[in-house]
Amino acid sequence: MTTSASAPAAAEPTIFELSRPGRTAQAQLAPELAAHVPHALRRRQPPLLPEVSELQAVRHYTRLSQMNFSIDTHFYPLGSCTMKYNPRGCNQYAMLPGFLAHHPLAHESLSQGFMACLFELQEMLKDVTGMRAVSLTPMAGAQGEFAGVAMIRAYHRSRGDLARTEIIVPEAAHGTNPATATMCGMKVIEIPCNAEGDCDLKALKRVVGPATAGIMLTNPSTLGVFERTIGAIATLVHDAGGLLYYDGANLNAILGKVRPGDMRFDVIHMNLHKTFSTPHGGGGPGAGAIGVGERLRPFIPVPVVARDGERYRWLDERDVPQSIGRLSGFMGNAGVLLRAYIYMRMVGRDGMGRIGEYATLNANYLLARLRQAGFDAAYPTRRATHEFILTMKRQARDLGVTAMDFAKRLLDFGYHAPTTYFPLLVPECLLIEPTETEALETLDGFVDALIAIQREAEVDAAHVKGAPYTLPVRRLDDVRAAKQLDLTWKPPA
Amino acid sequence: MAFIPHTPDDVRTMLAAIGVGTIEQLFEEIPATLRAGELTGIPPAASEMEIGRLMSDRAAADGCPLNFIGAGAYEHHIPAAVWAITTRGEIYSAYTPYQAEASQGTLQTIYEYQTMIASLTGMQVSNASLYDGASALAEACLMAVRAHRRSKSARILMPRAVNPTYRRCASAIAGNQQLSFEEVAFDPASGQTPLDALRRYEGEDVTALVIQQPNFFGVLEEVDALADWGQRHGALLIAVVNPTSLALLKPPGEWGERGVDIVVGEGQPLGVPLAGGGPYFGFMTTRMEHVRQMPGRIVGRTVDLDGRPGYTLTLQAREQHIRRSKATSNICTNQGLLMSAATIYLSLMGPRGLELAASASMARTAELVAALDKAAGLRPVFSGPRFHEALVRLDRPACVVLDEFARRGIAGGFDVARDYPELGHALLVCATETKTDADIATYAATIADILRAPRAA
Repeated sequence: MTTSASAPAAAEPTIFELSRPGRTAQAQLAPELAAHVPHALRRRQPPLLPEVSELQAVRHYTRLSQMNFSIDTHFYPLGSCTMKYNPRGCNQYAMLPGFLAHHPLAHESLSQGFMACLFELQEMLKDVTGMRAVSLTPMAGAQGEFAGVAMIRAYHRSRGDLARTEIIVPEAAHGTNPATATMCGMKVIEIPCNAEGDCDLKALKRVVGPATAGIMLTNPSTLGVFERTIGAIATLVHDAGGLLYYDGANLNAILGKVRPGDMRFDVIHMNLHKTFSTPHGGGGPGAGAIGVGERLRPFIPVPVVARDGERYRWLDERDVPQSIGRLSGFMGNAGVLLRAYIYMRMVGRDGMGRIGEYATLNANYLLARLRQAGFDAAYPTRRATHEFILTMKRQARDLGVTAMDFAKRLLDFGYHAPTTYFPLLVPECLLIEPTETEALETLDGFVDALIAIQREAEVDAAHVKGAPYTLPVRRLDDVRAAKQLDLTWKPPA
Repeated sequence: MAFIPHTPDDVRTMLAAIGVGTIEQLFEEIPATLRAGELTGIPPAASEMEIGRLMSDRAAADGCPLNFIGAGAYEHHIPAAVWAITTRGEIYSAYTPYQAEASQGTLQTIYEYQTMIASLTGMQVSNASLYDGASALAEACLMAVRAHRRSKSARILMPRAVNPTYRRCASAIAGNQQLSFEEVAFDPASGQTPLDALRRYEGEDVTALVIQQPNFFGVLEEVDALADWGQRHGALLIAVVNPTSLALLKPPGEWGERGVDIVVGEGQPLGVPLAGGGPYFGFMTTRMEHVRQMPGRIVGRTVDLDGRPGYTLTLQAREQHIRRSKATSNICTNQGLLMSAATIYLSLMGPRGLELAASASMARTAELVAALDKAAGLRPVFSGPRFHEALVRLDRPACVVLDEFARRGIAGGFDVARDYPELGHALLVCATETKTDADIATYAATIADILRAPRAA
């Protein structure tokens, strides 16, 4: 189908369509100073950038922002993403002029305030995870995972144990786990989970051995349940000479209650943008700090902050000669680290445990109410952790209404959809994570919306399948998007 | 309880609905031996007022020094509107636009960003951003190996004049996949990467040649000749560029006869504050023929059920959540917030504003170089043309001079001794459009004063 003259217009034109030759945001212009670019190196055609007034730009991007769902405007129970409130104070105090103006290569004597925050953050993260050393440089969870597996690889190689080339990953794992193992030059071995959501120990026994570099686990698992066999897994893998990697995606569930170090994990990454409430920013920046036990300590990525008496200093490759090296141009996502630091200080020692407790309370309350309303839990015999899975298998079979249809219709009711179709092994699933920052009334409203959609599905399935109706666009043609690639705006011919 | 809204009544209601007596019972599946004790390493909770005071004191202690450091992060004027809009909750507290209908704002912003960055670099397609410039180079090297099917060597030619941290980062990230990086020397007189240094690779299997413009020394490379060499010898070309400079300089899509294959760079100069090193964002653009090898999110324009234009994530079959161990990268997020800031920045600057910022930066650095000669007899190390950064020769170790600058509250430049011991005593300095005549005079007078002190034995 092509867009004809009678087709509906876009909710907001592109910024390029607002552009008029010669228009500028005058107050933003730098002084006109002559620069002498060698002739052969000069640009001939100006880039396609909009020529708009300051007000036009402000109004355009404000309008675009209003087309988003966000935590500040909507309940956002996106499972596995921990969409909790991002305190405004964290943003304000991380954006003080002294921090924003701080060049990453500034003299250490001009960086002590900044470095004090990072050092204390390292110490707090060590305590809350039970690890021996922390590096803050990975810029997202996936980069933290990369650092973790790269350290495992470096550890085995440092011992001359070159045969360890396999990483074991449960089939329910986040896609980043196998992708990371591949990026580290490892072979991925997937093992199944049993019907109650625990790791299949028999399958694990069959695959561990002299080629095992390590295992990557999320606990609570991506199935929304605590991995009860963790003790046996740790013994099996360690006895075989492998190491244990903890994917911190679900750390919010057990924060302050159980420490990955006490579960005998050798390395962990934390998603500071989940557990420690730094903003998701429309898809980043994250921060994927890593923590390690004693065996991996010599390999941590640099730089890290050390304290010598009253002064803070950077540790680099000279101090950590076996380091896996640098993962970013400077010090990772420094501003995100400041936000996490402020958040942890405001939550404090006793507050850490309450995060795990109330996140778990909210999830179990939602699950209990939804089951009372007739929805099916994927793991009905298990306690929910900070999140849980509903399966819409029955609705899909009997009514032709899928998990995706429920998700899209929820948008019309003013709720962001839960995670859909992940984990892949549960059919028609919705992975729901309310977080501890949501009030009872909000949870009740969400339950009421799902009940209302279920009733709608029973009497008028087509209506549910046509949702959403109240947003700037209805369901989009993804096939067309992938087949007729339109990735940049082009001026009309 | 900070950020937890529950009243005692709420808790009772919820526990009753669940059918348990205490919150503690919800953790009954966790073995008792694993339960954590008191977290003694975390201080008791502080109020926002208390932590606000602490942070204000620490930020003030670091001051706002007059800054002449570049070396990969550049201080430019950022219009107030950029962060006023970027920190709106609808942008700041949203996540990856998985539900396209509820994320059209973010998706359209990415589409506009892709358009601007593709045009700025002279390429056909852009992704939605990567973590930063250094890691983007690592991803570009991995992408080149995937895209160049005829090359079997996974060998990347990496000029020594490329930012040393980028080179370290590329080996740390890409080195685990059997890529080899070979260092290409620079000309000690001009500071450019000479064709002569490439001759020894002629007739060999080279997967890609990296070209940084301007290079780490701020020197402009002869990019046409380097690009043509790569094309003649069957190497893919990876350009690393400063986005501000592209308002003035020939975009990589036009280097040599055919242009380059992949362009990456640090997006920070486009409206992102220095902020201690991040969060920044990396950009990446390429030719349409390589789009399926590109890592990261990509947004496409399509239509909805009613034929209305709309935006959605596309080509997701490349990504980790679909392809798992066969994905192009393990990356999931981009740097959405920073990408949004850059898009707003570029809209406010426009082609004219970006050009003025670039030419004023280039002019200010030229003035700084002249002032250093006049005030202290300092001369540039290299004769090649410069953009907005210069390496100047000193008579003593740069670290000693920088210590003294710091005592006077000035961020005086970057010491290259550790990365380039062969260059002797030299200081990398940068002046952007933010520097005034008075700032440059202050800097020149200060360094002249510092150098008047006798050298330590």
